[in-house]
Amino acid sequence: MFQFIIKKLMLVIPTFIGITLLTFTLIRLIPGDPIEVMAGERGVSPERHAALRAELGLDQPLLVQYFDYVKNIASGDLGRSLITKTPVTEEFLTLFPATVELASCAALFAILVGLPCGIIAAVKRGSVFDHSVMTFSLTGYSMPIFWWALLLMLVFSVNLGITPVSGRLDVTYWIDEVTGFMLIDTLLSGEEGAFASALHHLVLPSIVLGTIPMAVIARMTRSSMLEVLGEDYIRTARSKGMAPMRVIVVHALRNALIPVITVIGLQVGILLSGAILTETIFAWPGIGKWLIESIGRRDYPVVQGGILIVATIIIVVNLLVDIMYGVVNPRIRHSK
Amino acid sequence: MSEQTTSPATTGPQVQTPLQEFWGYFSQNTGAVIGLVFIICILIVAIFASVIAPHSPIEQYRDALLLPPAWLDGGNSAYLLGTDDVGRDILSRLIHGAQLSLFIGVLVVTLSLGLGVILGLTAGFFRGAVETVIMRAVDIMLAMPSLLLAIAIVAILGPSIFNAAMAIAIVSLPHYVRLTRASTIAELNKDYVISSRVAGASSLRLMFITILPNCTAPLIVQATLGFSNAILDMAALGFLGLGAQPPTPEWGSMLADALQFVQRAWWVVTFPGLVILLTVLAFNLMGDGLRDALDPKLKQ
Repeated sequence: MFQFIIKKLMLVIPTFIGITLLTFTLIRLIPGDPIEVMAGERGVSPERHAALRAELGLDQPLLVQYFDYVKNIASGDLGRSLITKTPVTEEFLTLFPATVELASCAALFAILVGLPCGIIAAVKRGSVFDHSVMTFSLTGYSMPIFWWALLLMLVFSVNLGITPVSGRLDVTYWIDEVTGFMLIDTLLSGEEGAFASALHHLVLPSIVLGTIPMAVIARMTRSSMLEVLGEDYIRTARSKGMAPMRVIVVHALRNALIPVITVIGLQVGILLSGAILTETIFAWPGIGKWLIESIGRRDYPVVQGGILIVATIIIVVNLLVDIMYGVVNPRIRHSK
Repeated sequence: MSEQTTSPATTGPQVQTPLQEFWGYFSQNTGAVIGLVFIICILIVAIFASVIAPHSPIEQYRDALLLPPAWLDGGNSAYLLGTDDVGRDILSRLIHGAQLSLFIGVLVVTLSLGLGVILGLTAGFFRGAVETVIMRAVDIMLAMPSLLLAIAIVAILGPSIFNAAMAIAIVSLPHYVRLTRASTIAELNKDYVISSRVAGASSLRLMFITILPNCTAPLIVQATLGFSNAILDMAALGFLGLGAQPPTPEWGSMLADALQFVQRAWWVVTFPGLVILLTVLAFNLMGDGLRDALDPKLKQ
């Protein structure tokens, strides 16, 4: 087991180095002089120009610049925002809980709906339910989620007035930030109705963000269940006269879930990039909205740092999924 | 979509051409056929956009701002699907948008398929260090969410429809590289390749003329799905203001300013998204059908 984890870890290192190379190169691909591009129409004086060049290390040879960059990353320094002057890591940490909260609720929604739908569709293969699940999941998979958000907003917020349009909490509440997770903070504050309001604000964004993962999970669960249900040991269990429910839940599901877990893990990337669109639409103050706004403001250190952090999170999650997979399935652990 | 367990009824020693056999499988899949028909319709609309569209996509009719669709109160039959906030005909914009979206799809798929095939063939054919370098790079790209990477690339190159297409082409590369490499390796040790090599065929000839034609099935499927991804990602970039710039009639960017009209003009919001959804769905349906028809082994 230990060896397996070490092997997986070793494979991650070149990927991480590649990502740093990528974010390092991206910023240097800006056509023209990066400082003038960053300054935009405001322009910079020659002195400020030289100072900025030195500050960003652009007067050094490329190789030196890269090693400096990696050294800074290793010490947790991702530079400062050009606009707010706060360190990128600090800005990231204040906004990250909002995204985690949204993404977890979306993942929860996707799993709670997608998994049962996939299982029932497989068990009742060829039924009306099966066909509708497959149709809905293909539609969900093809969904432009920014439009889906607008549509749900149109129906539930504008026409029916059930859910709020944007933000994380009603303006009438003022909650002290403790954890950054609105659901926890509102509970801690003890203010009446605040928790309900926070929950209310989460509903639409979670559904929107969870739609594609839900479709993927439902499809994967269905095909994985179908495969397992065709196995000999299931037939044996059935012919022993075991209760159908027990066969499905205890015998089939346990094995069918292995590929599904991997797929769920892989949704983290989809959730984080989907968060960019969802947060922009629902004015959700998380890292997705932060990245898009930074691009609009040409705040390149933030763009560079933000992308690096997000990519790192995804690599780490994928690594954890790989390791989990090895724990669940000894065949993977001992292969090769 | 729909399941197919039976092979087409072949009576007697009737010989089918590969195309007939393919069509036999493909036409059994209702969803795939619907997808194909829809795509052909969109294609026709796109080609004849300037003939079919009732108005210019960028002309602003100042006396017809935010008109509802023709069948609603206050609608005008001159503007079937209504007008947007500056009085442009939505139907005409959607029709011209089809042209743009399909063009982007073709551009992205051609670029990523071409480059992906070359890289994949090289990796699979030469193996060794070349393969390691290419496949590591592919792994790195796969570690990033494609939309995020595309956004990063556009942010650097500057927002424009061409840069967005380049970005999407780059982020869809990894799938083609992986597929081509895997099939190349599978083909490499087959007898026909070895005999061709013994006959003195050059590496280039072996790669592109001997091996490549036998790797096309998964690539065709991936290219179809690449179309739907390209359209979806392009719309997302357009929506974020990083793709097509106004007044270009692109489906995603049509939705970009729709947010402020959610409350009073649902048609501005509804139609562009519906067209995106249907087109993407059609390509996905067709991709599923192609996969089943071209390689029953790939079927789930």
